[in-house]
Amino acid sequence: MENVKRVDLIFGEYTQEKYKILEETMKKSNEQIITEMINSGLKGRGGAGFLTGMKWKFTAQEKEPTKYVVCNADEGEPGTFKDREILTKVPRKVFSGMAICGKAIGAKIGFMYLRGEYSYLVPDLMAELDIYHEHAKRFNLDFTIELRMGSGAYICGEESALFESIEGKRGEPRNKPPYPTVSGVFGKPTVINNVETFVNAVMIMKYGAEEFKKIGTTDSRGSKVFSISGDTPKAGIYELELGMTVAQFVEEFGDGDTKAVQVGGASGFCVPRKKFKDTIIGFEGVPTGGSMMIFNSSRSMYNVLHNYLDFFEEESCGQCTPCRVGCQQLLKGIQAVKKGEKPSSYLNQLLKLSENMKITAKCGLGQSVANSFSSIVDNFKEEMIY
Amino acid sequence: MAEKIKINIDGIALEIEKGTTILDAAKSVNVKIPSLCYHEDLCVAGNCRVCVVEVEGRKNLVASCAAPAEDGMVVKTTTPKVRSARTDIISLLVSEHNTQCTTCYRSTNCELQSLASEYNVDSERYLSVLKPNIKVDKSSYSIEKDDSKCVRCQRCVRTCAELQHVNAITVAHKGKDMKISTFMDLPMNDVVCVNCGQCVTHCPTGALTERRYYHEIWDAIGDPDKHVVINTAPSVRVALGEMLGFPVGTRVTGKMVTALKKIGFNSVLDTDFTADLTIIEEGHEFLDRVTRALKNGEKVALPMITSCSPGWVKFIEHMYPEHLDHLSTCKSPQQMFGALTKTFYAEKMGIDPSKIVSVAAMPCAAKKFEANRPEMKSSGYQDVDAGLTTREIGHMIKQSGLDFVNLPDSKFDSYMGESSGAAVIFGATGGVMEAALRTVYEVVTGREVPFKNLAITPVRGLEGIKEATIKLEKVLPAYSFLEGVEVKVAIAHGLKNARTIMDQIKDGKSPYHFIEIMACPGGCIGGGGQPIPTNDEIRKKRIAAIYAEDEGMPIRKSHEVPEIKKIYESYLIKPLGHKSHELLHTHYKKRNRY
Ligand SMILES: Cc1cc2nc3c(=O)[nH]c(=O)nc-3n(C[C@H](O)[C@H](O)[C@H](O)COP(=O)(O)O)c2cc1C
Ligand code: SF4
Ligand code: SF4
Ligand code: SF4
Ligand code: SF4
Ligand code: FES
Repeated sequence: MENVKRVDLIFGEYTQEKYKILEETMKKSNEQIITEMINSGLKGRGGAGFLTGMKWKFTAQEKEPTKYVVCNADEGEPGTFKDREILTKVPRKVFSGMAICGKAIGAKIGFMYLRGEYSYLVPDLMAELDIYHEHAKRFNLDFTIELRMGSGAYICGEESALFESIEGKRGEPRNKPPYPTVSGVFGKPTVINNVETFVNAVMIMKYGAEEFKKIGTTDSRGSKVFSISGDTPKAGIYELELGMTVAQFVEEFGDGDTKAVQVGGASGFCVPRKKFKDTIIGFEGVPTGGSMMIFNSSRSMYNVLHNYLDFFEEESCGQCTPCRVGCQQLLKGIQAVKKGEKPSSYLNQLLKLSENMKITAKCGLGQSVANSFSSIVDNFKEEMIY
Repeated sequence: MAEKIKINIDGIALEIEKGTTILDAAKSVNVKIPSLCYHEDLCVAGNCRVCVVEVEGRKNLVASCAAPAEDGMVVKTTTPKVRSARTDIISLLVSEHNTQCTTCYRSTNCELQSLASEYNVDSERYLSVLKPNIKVDKSSYSIEKDDSKCVRCQRCVRTCAELQHVNAITVAHKGKDMKISTFMDLPMNDVVCVNCGQCVTHCPTGALTERRYYHEIWDAIGDPDKHVVINTAPSVRVALGEMLGFPVGTRVTGKMVTALKKIGFNSVLDTDFTADLTIIEEGHEFLDRVTRALKNGEKVALPMITSCSPGWVKFIEHMYPEHLDHLSTCKSPQQMFGALTKTFYAEKMGIDPSKIVSVAAMPCAAKKFEANRPEMKSSGYQDVDAGLTTREIGHMIKQSGLDFVNLPDSKFDSYMGESSGAAVIFGATGGVMEAALRTVYEVVTGREVPFKNLAITPVRGLEGIKEATIKLEKVLPAYSFLEGVEVKVAIAHGLKNARTIMDQIKDGKSPYHFIEIMACPGGCIGGGGQPIPTNDEIRKKRIAAIYAEDEGMPIRKSHEVPEIKKIYESYLIKPLGHKSHELLHTHYKKRNRY
């Protein structure tokens, strides 16, 4: 069986990077940049997987003169810590990506929204930002970047809640439409991308769309930085080519006794052993923002699900009914079934509830609780009951 | 012309303006989509998700209140998928709810209750996740807050922020702990809340209600030692009928008087009497300020602003305490009435004031707080023992078992039962200004205001801030210094608009001489104590009823009311006189800003 392929796109070549790529890219026209981005097939690395080039194009098309670029560095998904690594190791690539986007869409200000827990990175990032601004001045680029701090709420990673937070309001997701490309932060057209997405953009500028497309699969172009944790001897950050199966992944990173892999964190999917072979990690199978949690047979999947639901019940913003109350009901419900206070058939009621949450919740948080809930309950029903 | 788009809702093809929400589009073809967090007065929240519908080609359901219809959209509002989701959502709301419908004040007028019964949800479907030990906040004289009945629709929060610019209540915490709270979770009485009650009329459930005092009033009525007097505000008579079987906009003045008499109030009087009195006092206060400013060159606070809306008064005390001197020193009609009830009325009737219980029937929640202000004891007693809302009066009438619809009409009792059309229009935004102008203009010029049928139309209507200019010409000799002066007036209703007016004053840019401000959108007819629901359509109908009542009155100007003339001759002696100051005027104080 073919093994997983390591890639060195994201972290590589840092020492040579003196804002060279940014300087080179400044020579391209905005249309060239956007076309290149679209051709690369790059999809956002923050989870939702929207085509980055299209996002930039839509925002560029807006007539409103004031636009913004936002880098989502809130990294709140349980089990992800890759953005932290990127910001520590290659901050210049992130700033370059934001600046390229700013040029392409016609924005003059970018915000980096940094997870509250990462405040220890601030001094280094500020120093790096000074260097960035010097370089930007050097090649007459009118694009400044400001840091904004989150305060520890998972929901503030959701783009519209993040905008509210930057605006100094309570972090609650907005109604969509309007989408950020039309009305984002301060009501202006905004591109919001994940940290890693911006780095990919820089690499696409460097190598061109054609080279970039050679990595990964049709649906999932490029590499992905994974945060690997759980029952593995090799916990840590790895940049891998997209398109491998869970089986290949487990062979490389499992401890020989892997019973399930949670792909994409608490809001992602649980893949049980019997589906390892047929499940591709990527947009054609199970998408992931990077979190890979490996569970071996000593783990209780009931406890795993319980943890996730604990998390959601706390981290839901609480505004919409299906998510606020639904999360509580799912948690209370599995507890009741476990204790025998509700019959095992109650799990079906809960599965139906999670489906209704998926189609009625206001934002991605409530909509994705069903991912882990149904994939764990469906595949490990006995563990839920006994 | 806005762009038109074509959509299809439940098989009905329709053409609508681009930007219309699916909910509004459906309404236009009589397809009723249930909603909860949606309110016509407020910005869209889209948080309850009760209004979800299916849109062809989309996996997820769509919140119809928040989603603009798009060209070619095919919408279905009651598919099995929609029904299943909606039933689940309502069940979830019930599962975190303290369902006490048998005893709840909002029962039969509660949006959650009607949804739950309409969808016949099974209350056992989910486990209860109601938080234990939720305490009802009864600290305020005006508002009761019971979080255990809250559906977290945030209508109150949006009301307090958008309509009132007060922000006394906001969302606190997240996830399962998310709730509606005050600054630092302080009791309602200790925060910036101005008691306007707008959050109450916008709340779909019994989570926010006015503090009720009518049980004590029943007791007083039953006590043979007590003489219980009630006065009813102008806007009550045009709204009360809504609770008792009449269509919106019906005037029920005579039936209301009959009902209150039958209930056992010893005397049923008219707040309009002190509204007329307010016009005399406030009108002269205005002329006094203008005279001092224009004739004597004194530094006087102008514009003068009306003070009959206690929610507005508390607002300025919190938000603009450095400008309190702009407020008229006149008490609200309710408080004037209370003070006179236990002095003038007691004397006339030969009743020991300590035996009098004075009650006010008001469209308002703030008047409850006002009645309990420590300074409101001019008579030597608490001037107003209880301010009841229109809703409380409605409840009392229901409890009395009267066949309200078929009651005969009666007239108000005396003393203090006579009034003018000018007093009636106090109930609508612009009304106090119109009433004041009818009198002031005539005092200064000796002629009636130059408007057909005395209807000063520029000050009427629901526009947030209205302006008018009246030129004083051919004035009487005593006011020669006013010849040619253009009196500029403004009217604001809803505290959002009050803030705009106050910011002009703060910046020294206010062009006005006289301003009327009412805390509630639409004025008292839209008050926080009025029947629920209230929206612009309803406000307009109540306003129409107010002006119809005015036109039907034999006397249309405050200074022409015989009983008003008499009280000045025999008791008050003159406007702004010693007795007036003692009983009819007051002072204000600075308050905190949270
Ligand atoms: C509850 C929730 C939390 C999220 N947290 C993050 C996050 O921490 N970082 C991130 O990049 N995207 C997060 N997202 C996704 C963002 O909303 C948004 O889709 C993303 O930032 C877009 O960037 P991309 O296109 O580069 O992926 C979150 C979404 C949801 C619903
Ligand atoms: S789905 Fe959850 S997190 Fe998203 S808006 Fe609703 S309550 Fe908030
Ligand atoms: S708020 Fe509504 S549902 Fe709740 S107890 Fe009162 S009437 Fe019943
Ligand atoms: S009574 Fe008025 S001021 Fe007080 S919380 Fe309600 S809306 Fe706000
Ligand atoms: S108090 Fe009433 S209006 Fe406010 S959120 Fe709760 S239910 Fe809605
Ligand atoms: S009425 Fe539409 S979401 Fe509440």
